Amino acid sequence: MSATTTAAPGPGGASSRFGWALADSWTMTRRELAHWARQPVEALVGLVFPVMLLLMFTYLVGGGRGVDGDPTEFLVPGMLALTMAFGLESTMLAVTQDLGKGVIDRFRSMPMVPGAVLVGRSAADMLQSTAGLAVMTGVGLAVGWRWHHGAAAALAAFGLLLLLRFAMLWVGILLAMVAGRPEMVAAVQILVWPVGFLSNVFATPASMPGWLGAVVEWNPMSATATAVRELFGNPGGATGSWAAEHAELLAVLWPVAIIAVFFPLAVGRFARLSR
Amino acid sequence: MTDAIVMDGVHKRYGEKRALDGLDLAVGGGTVHGVLGPNGAGKTTAVRIMSTLLRQDAGRVTVAGLDVRERAGEVRRRIGLLGQHAAVDEQLGGRQNLEMFGRLYHLGARRAGSRADELLERFGLADTGRKAVKRYSGGMRRRLDLAASLITDPDVLFLDEPTTGLDPRGRTEVWDAVRSLVGGGTTVLLTTQYLEEADRLADRISVIDGGRTVAEGAPDELKALVGGDRVDIVLRDASRLAEAGALLGGTDLVLDADRRRIGAPAPDRMAALTRAVRVLAEAGIEAEDIAVRRPTLDEVFLSLTGRPAAERRTAEQATRATKTEAAA
Repeated sequence: MSATTTAAPGPGGASSRFGWALADSWTMTRRELAHWARQPVEALVGLVFPVMLLLMFTYLVGGGRGVDGDPTEFLVPGMLALTMAFGLESTMLAVTQDLGKGVIDRFRSMPMVPGAVLVGRSAADMLQSTAGLAVMTGVGLAVGWRWHHGAAAALAAFGLLLLLRFAMLWVGILLAMVAGRPEMVAAVQILVWPVGFLSNVFATPASMPGWLGAVVEWNPMSATATAVRELFGNPGGATGSWAAEHAELLAVLWPVAIIAVFFPLAVGRFARLSR
Repeated sequence: MTDAIVMDGVHKRYGEKRALDGLDLAVGGGTVHGVLGPNGAGKTTAVRIMSTLLRQDAGRVTVAGLDVRERAGEVRRRIGLLGQHAAVDEQLGGRQNLEMFGRLYHLGARRAGSRADELLERFGLADTGRKAVKRYSGGMRRRLDLAASLITDPDVLFLDEPTTGLDPRGRTEVWDAVRSLVGGGTTVLLTTQYLEEADRLADRISVIDGGRTVAEGAPDELKALVGGDRVDIVLRDASRLAEAGALLGGTDLVLDADRRRIGAPAPDRMAALTRAVRVLAEAGIEAEDIAVRRPTLDEVFLSLTGRPAAERRTAEQATRATKTEAAA
């Protein structure tokens, strides 16, 4: 090649590889941010939808069955947990759309760090969820929900919510790669609803038949909902069960366990696209 | 010059289906090599293996002298890929795409930006660089895709059916762009179902079918393989094509309903022509045009694979091919 050609730099040492991993991940994150800038309306709709759900369940459906206290105080943290868990849909949709297009092939034929595609996805989704959480929190405050145990406990609660989101993100990535067709996304979008309702987001397990209450209490989303209710000082409809008593522990263990299973599966699956 | 691409007895199967069944290929450095074959012949599988997107089950593949399995990272720095589907981010602008790819090739932010501008200029996209790619025409999208494949001045460029799905104008745009690359020292491997495309662009052609190479040579050599001249008849009425074919008889007949055309071997040239004219006149079948000519790659394909290249094309593609013909 002549001196005027543009050649990709050769491989470097381990430290430069790590540097490129960061740089590539940042480039992929910027790609997602650029999508928002290009389509602000769609990004906005993504933020507004959970707010709509929150207002609907607070004022129209009348959730909070069996709660000892203000239903709004019970519902808002539950809806925050639900929104984080349902983030799985948007991740799955985005990855499915990406895989269906040739652009992933281009990324894979380039000398970039392969995992950067997934890192960019997860960074962008976490940013979007953080923004969504902020908006929902603002709306929650506007409809009368408060936290009562101080800023540190509230921050811990937000941390648990984002941890749940992060776990669901890897579930979404894996599902997209295993089932990656638009009609499968639609199926998952329907299936998340019963899973969402089989939790203590809308009603306390105490108000349910015993066996159903037990299923509901062990739902990972319920663990996060109960834990953040406790941290915010909101009524949780305590049932006295082991799962309810150790909600904070479960709210950490469940997502960590999910990440431990789904993260390596998702990364492995991405690497095996070449088989 | 050494071969820029070598495939040696490459096998790849998907479950029961053998996509590649001992494919051999050698492409000289700086040449344009056409890989010609029907749908399902294994063209795309071969390109995906050469461009490190897919791993072969058996056999050796080197690109730019590097084993694609063992040194995939180094191969990726030396290749450009234009796949069948536009491999660009449709939501982003043209310039945003090229800049992003430049960064991922590790050119650095500033160089990625200036390289994006150079390429947009070169492919006539400078005015539309800010527009979202989804608003591009098919031809513009392909040119952007081609620009993205050339960010690092690759040693080897893979073009997988670069004009499939394009209208005649888009096709001409891509052909011009590919021609302008040749001579810059880039080795180009081009797959196509369009014989015309291979004939126009390629220095050498491999015909593949059922996952293996069935013939290899310069376009003229391949035409010589079929041997002899052909008599070409265009009928006024397509519905009498089969009847006319039966009257002319013989083997190795090509019937093309879309173009109302029959091609038949004419080893004795004028005698064959006279015979055809007489037979058709006696049956009252009107011919619009009748001529003796050299064989086309279509006929090469038929004689090598036992079926016409167009057989498996979808109706849509066939229509498009006819339109191209009309525009040309």
